Amino acid sequence: MDKFSLYGKTIFITGASSGIGRGIAIACAEQGARVILSGRNFARLNETLSLMSGEEHTILPADLTDVVQRQALVDQMPELDGLVQCAGVMNRVPCKSIGQENIDSVFAPNVAAPMLLQAELLQERKIKKGASIVYMASIAPRSAETGNALYSASKAAVIAYSKCLSLELAPRQIRVNCISPAMVWTELALNGATKEELEHDQATYPLRRYGKPEDVANVAVYLLSDASSWVTGSNVEITGGK
Amino acid sequence: MEEFIKNFANQWDETDAEVFTPDCMFHDLEEWSSLVGLAILNMILKKYGVKVAPAELRAAITIEDVYNLVQSKL
Repeated sequence: MDKFSLYGKTIFITGASSGIGRGIAIACAEQGARVILSGRNFARLNETLSLMSGEEHTILPADLTDVVQRQALVDQMPELDGLVQCAGVMNRVPCKSIGQENIDSVFAPNVAAPMLLQAELLQERKIKKGASIVYMASIAPRSAETGNALYSASKAAVIAYSKCLSLELAPRQIRVNCISPAMVWTELALNGATKEELEHDQATYPLRRYGKPEDVANVAVYLLSDASSWVTGSNVEITGGK
Repeated sequence: MEEFIKNFANQWDETDAEVFTPDCMFHDLEEWSSLVGLAILNMILKKYGVKVAPAELRAAITIEDVYNLVQSKL
């Protein structure tokens, strides 16, 4: 069996309704996984599903910041060989304007929800021995930009959290890694800048372009597959050389 | 409008308050930057509960244009 294949694995992906999450869902299906898709918008999850090969995939819509919806999701969850926490938001605010509501609007979906979901999945024994967990982070924590403090801090929290989680789960051979991309063409990237500005910026990348969701998805597939069985506690940067 | 202009002016650190009039072409002010723009968008969301896109703010020429944009979304 090809070590890079995901055949026979059940993989749960949050934030699968668009962008990188959607790209990962499509790539996992292509590699033979059975995928469980979550996100807030059923119609858009269905769109993702329509782009996937294979028949056995499931859609479980939920707002992961809502405790009731999150617990209902966990209750319906089969045992998992893989988990990809992709759901997240970006909100550009200058530091001097940050209010509690700004902090909550970024840290609730980007930090609190994935940590709580992770805890609930572990408590309910939904993560199989030998499973692989992937967190979507960003190079933002080491690549400062004005107005990006909240997003950047939230992703730094995810990276730090996942390293501790990797230690706690290592005895059961469960691996935990982060993927930290530079700019990827998604709706999230277009939030706050025009397409023209972004096109100008992508020309400054050594590989002369921003990433595509499938670029990130290929790394996720590797981390979810048995090919990466000695990789844990890592933060894989994928940046086009930036 | 008066209150809106006061809130608008509060997002700037260096520019004198009297510069901010309804017909002020704020993009031309020396202090203007995308960061000030983000502060203005955040102020509008907080004080008026209205989401204005960066492109909409860029398209506005005067402070009155921004005010009218916010009013149209209330």
